[in-house]
Amino acid sequence: MSGVSAPRVAFGVALFGLTTVPLWVGNSYYIDVASQILLFAVFALALNVLVGYGGLVSLGHAGLFAVSGYTAGLMLQAGFGHAAADVGAVLMTLLTAAVFAVLALRSTGIGFLMITLALGQILWGIAYRWADLTNGDNGVSISTRPAPFGISLAGASSFYYATLVVFLLALITMTAFARSPFGASLRGTRDQARRMTALGYNVWLIRFLAFLFSGFWCSIAGLLYIYNKQFISPQVSALQASAEVLLMVISGGTATLMGPIAGAAIVVVMKYVVSAYVVRWSLVLGVIFVAIISFMPEGLVPGSVRIWGFARRRWRARRKPAPGATP
Amino acid sequence: MTALAVTGLTKSFGGLRVTDGVSLTVEPGERRLIIGPNGAGKTTLFNLITGELASDAGTVALFGRDITRSACRRRAHLGLARTYQIITLFPRDTILRNVVLALLGLSGLRWNPFVGLDRQRHLVTCAGEALARVGLGHIADRPLTETSYGERRRVEIAMAMAQNPKVLLLDEPFAGLSIDERRDVRQLLAAIPRDVTIVMIEHNMDVALDLADRVTLLHFGAVIVEGTRAEVVADPRTREVYLGE
Repeated sequence: MSGVSAPRVAFGVALFGLTTVPLWVGNSYYIDVASQILLFAVFALALNVLVGYGGLVSLGHAGLFAVSGYTAGLMLQAGFGHAAADVGAVLMTLLTAAVFAVLALRSTGIGFLMITLALGQILWGIAYRWADLTNGDNGVSISTRPAPFGISLAGASSFYYATLVVFLLALITMTAFARSPFGASLRGTRDQARRMTALGYNVWLIRFLAFLFSGFWCSIAGLLYIYNKQFISPQVSALQASAEVLLMVISGGTATLMGPIAGAAIVVVMKYVVSAYVVRWSLVLGVIFVAIISFMPEGLVPGSVRIWGFARRRWRARRKPAPGATP
Repeated sequence: MTALAVTGLTKSFGGLRVTDGVSLTVEPGERRLIIGPNGAGKTTLFNLITGELASDAGTVALFGRDITRSACRRRAHLGLARTYQIITLFPRDTILRNVVLALLGLSGLRWNPFVGLDRQRHLVTCAGEALARVGLGHIADRPLTETSYGERRRVEIAMAMAQNPKVLLLDEPFAGLSIDERRDVRQLLAAIPRDVTIVMIEHNMDVALDLADRVTLLHFGAVIVEGTRAEVVADPRTREVYLGE
């Protein structure tokens, strides 16, 4: 292979596009949409660790996301600084994720799904009903965004760049994870849990640590969310939010790095851009999901790669009529 | 010291006693063949020895160490490896990656989330060597889905052997193979050095008889006959189990 491969070129172009978003988007509302795409991409990547690499479909991840946002919001309201609130949010989310994992990992498959769903609903109940703690339906608002290294994130552009940095860190970490021995161990537990045990792996502990890893990036996404909106309400923790992020992962392509990002982009664009023109935007979103599942059951990104490869082979076959001839 | 000592091992599924007080001792370097008709409890016995199933009663000892209460994964680290009658491999990976996973299972590296697995040269090299020993070195990078049944059997053996086991449990390694493939696998097993103790299950006694030092006949979960090849073949109870009724 000569130096520059197609994926590298695509990655370079994408990175250039991402770093220049505020320049060519202009309108601060759309810059904000771009920030949301990136933060939900982090959330979807976090869920993908379990769904894609671990084969563990969770419907309670919005709960973890919300724990992080709420913890930070409430700590800020209580007078803590940003650093303390952020660390507190991450630790609280990890603790919650550990409890989730211990309870849900007694099972896999549908059992795992139902337990995570139930735990997510408990967190939603706390956010919605325990008004003394969470302010109930009114939610929690915060007055300031943090200013890391003295850089104010108050503007849409500066917040976008901060989100981009975190997003890239998440992407790098996920790439390393997917290629690492631990990532391979997790995929092994997804494909042949019994064989993995017989080979000497601690399947439960691998899944538990993966759950914590997923929970960590959920907490980061939750922090980005509350700083972006400067507000968090119970609907963030609702079942619908869990289903939405799961759809991002599945529609984009599980167990891929680009799939969850593409899925996050579709959902966020539908929610914040298309909804301005189409009142029943969720119907459009539903049609898109049905189309993806029908034509690319493996997800948008792997499906596109497959169809692209197929089209290219057809194109070559047409140009070179002798089918058996090899180059 | 015996390599593998099983005493009074018992397992019931509901009212059905699948393993009924099985005792056997296998000496280091021995080749033991366990035969028996369908449903004799051969695979269940393996699952009890590896810890994939918990026994109701009895003990299992590996080189004098009681492992009855040890977790399945722990037994792998103590030198127990197995193959499966129903091939149990990683279908989304290449042949090489399958063997790398076997090596990784016993390596502390398996917890590492930072380095690239493909860059771990020693693992990849060891896996390649293990595949070369079973005659699959030339197709190591082939996806598992593009391999034949016979090749998968050999991947199973390569994975077990890659773990450098002290005791190797082979569950019907000849099942479903053609005559040519059987010959290849037989050569392969015959070439395993004597520092590995082998316990092999076979449903069809003729296939593996010449590999065995001693033979144990299981029937309805219990040991019926045990002895050298000639003793077991000559025993009238063997003929009764296999031909009788």
